[in-house]
Amino acid sequence: MNFPFLSVITFTPLVAALIILMLPAERKSEARVTALAAAVFTTLLSLYIYFGYDMSAGGYQFVEHWQWVPQLGITYHMGVDGFSLPMVLLTALVLLTGVMISWGIEDRTREFMAFFLILSVGVFGVFAALDLFLFFFLLEIAVFPKFLMIVVWGWPKTREYGGMKLTLYLFIASVVALLGVLAMYVQAGSGSFDLLALAQADFPVDFQRVWFPVVFFGFCIMGAIFPFHSWAPDGHVAAPTAISMMLAGVEMKIGMYAALRLGIALMPEGAKFWAPVIVIFGLVNVLYAAYIALIQTDFKYIIGFSSVSHMGLVMIGFATLSTEGLVGAGLQMFSHGIMTALFFSVVGMVYDRAHTRMIPELGGLARKMPWAAIGFIIGGFTSMGMPGFSGFIAEIPIYLGVWKARAQALDGMPAWFAGLASQPWFFPLVAVLSVISIVITAAYILLAVQRVFFGNLPAHFDHGEHAVGDVRALDKVAMAILCGLMILIGVYPAIMYPLVYTGLQPVLRLLGAL
Amino acid sequence: MTPELLSFSPSHLLAVLPEILLIVLGGVIIVVDLALPAERKRAVGLYTAVGFGAVLVVMLLVALPTVDGRLIFGGLLRNDMTAFVFRVLFLFAGVVTALISVDSPTIGKEGEYFLVVTAAVLGMSLMASAADLIMLYLALEMTSIGLYALAGFLRENVKSAEAGLKYFLFGAFTSSIMLYGFSLLYGFTGQTNLYALSAALGAAPPEAALLALLLILVGFGFKVSAVPFHFWAPDVYEGAPTPITAFLSVASKAAGFAVLIRVLLAVFPGVETVWTTLIIVVAMATMTLGNVIALTQRNIKRLLAYSSIAQAGYMLMGLAALSANGVAAILYYLGMYTLTNLAAFGVIVLVSRVTGSDEIADYAGLSRRSPGLALALLVAFLSLGGIPPLAGFFGKFYLFTSVMQQWQATANGWLLALAVVGLLNAIISLYYYLIVLKVVYLGAPKDEALVYPVPRPYTLALWACVLGVIVVGAVIGPWVSLAAAAAGGLF
Repeated sequence: MNFPFLSVITFTPLVAALIILMLPAERKSEARVTALAAAVFTTLLSLYIYFGYDMSAGGYQFVEHWQWVPQLGITYHMGVDGFSLPMVLLTALVLLTGVMISWGIEDRTREFMAFFLILSVGVFGVFAALDLFLFFFLLEIAVFPKFLMIVVWGWPKTREYGGMKLTLYLFIASVVALLGVLAMYVQAGSGSFDLLALAQADFPVDFQRVWFPVVFFGFCIMGAIFPFHSWAPDGHVAAPTAISMMLAGVEMKIGMYAALRLGIALMPEGAKFWAPVIVIFGLVNVLYAAYIALIQTDFKYIIGFSSVSHMGLVMIGFATLSTEGLVGAGLQMFSHGIMTALFFSVVGMVYDRAHTRMIPELGGLARKMPWAAIGFIIGGFTSMGMPGFSGFIAEIPIYLGVWKARAQALDGMPAWFAGLASQPWFFPLVAVLSVISIVITAAYILLAVQRVFFGNLPAHFDHGEHAVGDVRALDKVAMAILCGLMILIGVYPAIMYPLVYTGLQPVLRLLGAL
Repeated sequence: MTPELLSFSPSHLLAVLPEILLIVLGGVIIVVDLALPAERKRAVGLYTAVGFGAVLVVMLLVALPTVDGRLIFGGLLRNDMTAFVFRVLFLFAGVVTALISVDSPTIGKEGEYFLVVTAAVLGMSLMASAADLIMLYLALEMTSIGLYALAGFLRENVKSAEAGLKYFLFGAFTSSIMLYGFSLLYGFTGQTNLYALSAALGAAPPEAALLALLLILVGFGFKVSAVPFHFWAPDVYEGAPTPITAFLSVASKAAGFAVLIRVLLAVFPGVETVWTTLIIVVAMATMTLGNVIALTQRNIKRLLAYSSIAQAGYMLMGLAALSANGVAAILYYLGMYTLTNLAAFGVIVLVSRVTGSDEIADYAGLSRRSPGLALALLVAFLSLGGIPPLAGFFGKFYLFTSVMQQWQATANGWLLALAVVGLLNAIISLYYYLIVLKVVYLGAPKDEALVYPVPRPYTLALWACVLGVIVVGAVIGPWVSLAAAAAGGLF
């Protein structure tokens, strides 16, 4: 029996949360330190398994397998491969930095830290689960913590609306996907919810074409696919900073992760059939959300819509069904996770000090909080896909992939759509249009940088009772971790690219792309 | 009737040992009630709870039935795992109901109250094992009449009196229609034994079987509060003493499902396609109507009344699936629902005693005034909403799985539609459960000075239910084995 790394990573936050809840309410610093210790511990373990994964062997490693409900073929089955490992690491990093930047929470600190840790339990577990029942079990555990955290510690103006909207949308997503998963379970007839068993099921093509969109688009709601995207900006804006980081940084990735792992990997024929549709939805996400981000005046809404826009690139990457596109999408999920966590943390720092997020009321903050300004600019470079940052490594393969992609199976689509998608210029056109988003992204990021961090510092921020101070030391550490990773992956992609490639090889083989 | 049906052996008495003990318990309650001075009457309720618990323990130790089940007492009863599982549920509900009634200022010291609860549990227990139309009807009426009295127990309270009368009128009406169905069955076949009826019905015209089926479903639909026989539920739930509402919502509903499952499976296999379609339609209507109306409720007892209507709709899904897995899913769901709803009502009993109100708005800030009660309510509502690791999640998952399995096996598109409607309903219901929890955790308390004393019997009852919800929801295997064994005896 090997050391159960994945269970320990998943349940350490739970144990820490229970310990914190047993502390007296006034022992705030103990609660913070316990949370930080748990986060550091899980991060170290995640790093250990990240670098301990044997790429030459491939497949699922650190596997744990126990009986759970044998009558229905449900097992406690955990394991990670090259595709899920970066996600586990991402979760750990967002947990760690989230705890750091939440150090200043004074209202019910104990409960905040405990619920934040419980939220991360579900997220860790989802990336490690290899049994679909276990997957949904862990996924739904997070329903209440995120609702509660948004409505209790969120932005007073919209927290009740935003919290309920986000919770219900994410629940809808999982419920729709669950229907598809149950259909796969009964169709497979093996009486097992095990991912590996279902991967052997070899579903009929007709079945795949009917049920693929249920699973894939169901999970894509969790990744904020147009027109079911509005929960994301509303929810992220309403949420307290650490929760925005976790929800935008990791929770949206769960949707895309599952869309690939339960959708494309289990029903590749369905994916081939629907790819041209997915690419159109992805394109709408990329362009529409980028444009909306451009006209926002609320600093946090800019980032909220920017997340939606970047998730569209992941969808486009998936829709290429090619090595470049999928690996790029996998990298984009990690890169966007840390980038958006950084963005939301900076927005939180600005709001905590200036008590407003309206762009016209802000300005010149770089003089008061230079670290936050630098962090935001580095995140902005990543967001624009500048070479030397992780965004470039992730986005370029996606554009390449979609440029080269072609529709593979169109018989059965309406004639007009089949005619459109079969044109040789269809996917290249998507590539060209989606590249435009880089320009829009550059525009809204640079405008935000200029208006928030440069220009004139309003006098009441400079001195007097509303004066803005610099960020805390822990905030700087958190930003340094996130920025460092973006640059590290940007200049040394070999640290992640081969791993993600290894993880995606089985899917690519199914798709005939290898 | 075959001779072995008429045979009697002393082991038959062992099979009805729980019922015998319940009668003894009733006698003890009468004596204790008479013997105790007024200031020590609180002990009556405690004796009742202990008595139910003792019967439960004795039953678990000595009265385990054989898995395949057999008819006893000339075919009046069937001693099988299904009946056994249901009796465990009723007795557990009895224990909790007695515990949460003990310190009630209105009913806590009334010996008759606890006696009638005992009689109702006895009736339900017989309902679960009844295998003969006569026995079934007697057991059902024994339960119902006790419950009518309990719902109207607070004579001075207008709402309680209304609840009792309304419940009685609805119950008597539907029960007489059901009785007409029974008489048709007897008239066409000359049989009253459930397990002899299905063969005999084959010779009768199919229209007769259908008509009898419809009439009987009226009575059973009333017991499980399925649409369109649900109208009594909100008013009765609101008016009845809250511990009785708890008891009604779990035990009475479970008893209704016990007879519904047994009769449909045993008597009407010949018209299966008709009644499964009927049940599918009723299930969809029941869950949708219950959930949609629950959205608008301001009173927490009414909210739970509509929620319990919706829950009945979910459970009907398992029956529509017409498979051993489906029935096992119902049994698991009933078990989790019993634990969950008792926890929810346990909290409501305490809160309404302090605030004097059942309005949801008066739950504002409960988490600050009494974190323990808020946590119990949280566990109960999230379990009802189907959130893991609480039992409600696997309960729904199991039901949906059984429906989808049957859809795969029969390619009946109605079943797929049922699963879709059920999943949509899960979303609707989560909304109103979250709204209540939002009030509990976020609202500012109106009166900061309110304290919520939690007497020891409540602590015990709430802990048992809350831990039960978590254990049943996280350690799933053994409970599914039990439910599957019970369901297997019916097929």
